[in-house]
Amino acid sequence: MTRFSWAALARGALRGHRAWTPQWRSPDRPQPDYDAVIVGGGGHGLATAYYLAKEYRLGRIAVLEKGWIGGGNTGRNTTIIRSNYLFPESAALYDHAVQLWEGLSAELNYNVMFSPRGVLMLAHSHHDVQSGLRHVHANRLAGVDNEWLTPAEAKAFCPPLDIATPRWPVFGAALQRRGGVARHDAVAWGYARAASALGVDIIEGCEVTGITRDAAGVTGLETSKGPVRARRIGVVAAGSTSLVMAMAGLRMPLESFPLQALVSEPVKPVFPCVVMSNTVHAYISQSDKGELVIGAGTDQYPSYSQAGGVQILGHTLEAICELFPIFRRMRMLRAWGGIVDVTPDRSPIIGLTPVPGLFVNCGWGTGGFKATPGSGHVFAATIARGEPHPIAAPFSLDRFTTGQLIDEAAAAAVAH
Amino acid sequence: MLLIRCPWCGERPEIEFRHAGEAHLARPAAATDAEWAAYLYERANPRGWARERWRHAHGCGRFFNARRHTLTDCIAATYAPGEEPPP
Repeated sequence: MTRFSWAALARGALRGHRAWTPQWRSPDRPQPDYDAVIVGGGGHGLATAYYLAKEYRLGRIAVLEKGWIGGGNTGRNTTIIRSNYLFPESAALYDHAVQLWEGLSAELNYNVMFSPRGVLMLAHSHHDVQSGLRHVHANRLAGVDNEWLTPAEAKAFCPPLDIATPRWPVFGAALQRRGGVARHDAVAWGYARAASALGVDIIEGCEVTGITRDAAGVTGLETSKGPVRARRIGVVAAGSTSLVMAMAGLRMPLESFPLQALVSEPVKPVFPCVVMSNTVHAYISQSDKGELVIGAGTDQYPSYSQAGGVQILGHTLEAICELFPIFRRMRMLRAWGGIVDVTPDRSPIIGLTPVPGLFVNCGWGTGGFKATPGSGHVFAATIARGEPHPIAAPFSLDRFTTGQLIDEAAAAAVAH
Repeated sequence: MLLIRCPWCGERPEIEFRHAGEAHLARPAAATDAEWAAYLYERANPRGWARERWRHAHGCGRFFNARRHTLTDCIAATYAPGEEPPP
């Protein structure tokens, strides 16, 4: 692996940029035997493999990806990062991720373009103000930054915002200054490159078709590229988690929904931060390429179609145009869908399963990208030690039996 | 947007309906915590043919069941509650 630096860049330039080599090893087939196998090569799976190799020195690790790495929800989300969730368990989990985001480019020697430009969540009614203030107070008690802005302060922070539209006047806003965005593809590539340098095998185009077990637990996997033996398997398959877990005979508390997003034509820098409005259901930021990145909602029925209904996009654009009249004449460049796995309490599941050796990290629903480094970090610890990392412990699968739910339906922000 | 046939009102656009979850879940009369959790939360979530409940919320207001393919979203049949799904 070529370590990136000014000197490396200068050497590359002097050679006409012809000497760059592939960023990560890409073996065509898996080895027959691994210490741990991660199913799913998105950001969360690659981060898990990276921390397993780096912090727990696990010897032979593979990431099996059905398609190509980062081609699922990692490459389809709106890249928003924040940790202003309501309950202390969630604040701890998401803030762990934000703390890792802050040093991630240096950690991976790869520019993930983390940009803490602030996340503004709007209130349009008395009820919104009460709910927003409750979140601000809860966050501050949990040691997570969040502050309340008056409408004029919100306008000053985000000048394109129209605070006096007749339909959706802004009564105030919660601002998390440490929140922001990052380059989603770079996160997958950065973790893949760093994991590969530590010896992790990343096998793309390798679909898991079965999980084999004996009385002691899992023994390996059947894949489209042959059988693989492993006593530790971590499933990080997002929308396809129910399908993979069914191979081990488990029924999950998950339903998979299409979630859509869209981008506009690129324009000059016009939008300085991330703005979310849960009431009208719109969230928007501007990418470094200049596109407005707009998140829509989920369809009302479970589906694996990776498309979603067109009326969902229409509803979102109506809301964007109401809130930001200056964007009414923008053209939309493209829209797409991803399949998100949603839990009953809108919080993820990270931890052990009833099958020894089988671990699962799923249920991130509509908001998993922001958690990528923290999710991988606590899941790696959970797999390595065979017991939940303290931050992951409240997000166990058995909370649906004990009743200790973590209901983040409000903080999850996307209507579903 | 889907076109859905309400068994009572005929074909209507999807926005008249509310999806109401997996169909044919039997509520256990007595259950352990694990069985109760399974009834409340665990779902088949299949990639392929699914059986699910819908309600014609902005129409007759009645519940019915549908057989829908979750990859194509094609609805093969809708049928009244209590009826067996058509083959």
